[in-house]
Amino acid sequence: MTEMTDNTVNESGEKQKPRIATAALCGCFGCHMSFLDIDERILQLVELVEFDRSPITDIKEVGPCDIGLIEGGVANAENVEVLRDFRRHCKILVAVGACAVNGGVPAMRNQFELKECLVEAYINGIGVENPQIPDDPEIPLLLDKVHPVHEVVKIDYFLPGCPPSADTLWTFLNEILAGEEITFPYSLIHYD
Amino acid sequence: MSTEKTFKLDGKSIPFQDGDTIMDAALRAGEYIPHLCHNPEFAPHGSCRVCIVDVNGRHMSACTLPAAEGLEVDNSSERIMEQRRNILQMLFVEGNHVCPGCEKSGACQLQAVAYYTRMLSPHYTHFFPKRSVDASHPDIAIDFNRCILCELCVRASRDVDKKNVFSITGRGLESRLVINSASGKLGNSALSASDKAVSVCPVGAILPKHVGYDQPIGDRLYDNKPISVVGDVASANNQQENAND
Repeated sequence: MTEMTDNTVNESGEKQKPRIATAALCGCFGCHMSFLDIDERILQLVELVEFDRSPITDIKEVGPCDIGLIEGGVANAENVEVLRDFRRHCKILVAVGACAVNGGVPAMRNQFELKECLVEAYINGIGVENPQIPDDPEIPLLLDKVHPVHEVVKIDYFLPGCPPSADTLWTFLNEILAGEEITFPYSLIHYD
Repeated sequence: MSTEKTFKLDGKSIPFQDGDTIMDAALRAGEYIPHLCHNPEFAPHGSCRVCIVDVNGRHMSACTLPAAEGLEVDNSSERIMEQRRNILQMLFVEGNHVCPGCEKSGACQLQAVAYYTRMLSPHYTHFFPKRSVDASHPDIAIDFNRCILCELCVRASRDVDKKNVFSITGRGLESRLVINSASGKLGNSALSASDKAVSVCPVGAILPKHVGYDQPIGDRLYDNKPISVVGDVASANNQQENAND
């Protein structure tokens, strides 16, 4: 397993905090909400780390980071791009939640042809007016299948759960920041 | 005077009787060996391989290996646990096990054994097979996405219910559960909700209808205690049925 390396020292000789980036791919944002469920412990966390790209900071581009947390599976071309960008920039990349770990609920569309899904939603959907399949070039192209993140890039740690509880995320971050082995009590491992 | 025959399980002496498997003797002694296709009420099947143990240097399934004097059985080393995790990971990627969308979640033996072995990821590439759901029966639904081919329903329907509703057809990757009825649908079969075959399913494949979320998530068999403590889905169902009688 990948280890945290020593923090780099900045120009004024101070130790820099580890940098964390987070991204939501094809998920429901529930894992990020669960992350925020650490509640006031987030004050302790910002003492320990610096946030890079994340919906929490609204920074759009990921820079060199120690830890990247990925929520959601890989369902379109933009997801692939973001995931690869995270892999390039993060020393440790973590699959967070059921969708990142195994595709989750979005991967249930893998039972059908992509075209069937689009027709069902945009042509035959109840209440659809002026039916057409969206094809604006700004919209990322959907992949044929939804994939777990480990099928696209190397993943260092997996945190299952839909979502992983705030305690699971908190335990993981504390252990990894302390350079400890990642272990969870029974109550913190669940897939639902 | 001690004429009792024993073998060693993780260094502990386990007494056994003639005809016992390693699993029989371990269960009687209150020792947990992870398993999915095994149910003490039925003849051993040996198909899921989750009960793999190291016996004097060989890897064997505990549910099919006859107990013998002097065996040294490793049931808990990291090496054995890792093999079990790999087997479970293969079971997970081979089907479509979407725990957040499954009403059996929290009371599913596949999930519980995976928790027990500390499985955090599926590791392998998902097959995402295309399988169907059969909801044609008024009281029971079957979701083939979740079937792990343990054959417990096959055994229960044949040996206890005497109905032969289920069978496995095909070989290797083509193996699948089929229903013995004119239409191939559950609705035309002889299955009824009180059949043994319905209560032995360790996963969310065979589900009684209309009771899906009677027991809330968070309050289910494996939500707070590991399977090594609370036991199998089928035995919990038995206890519930006895309590209802």
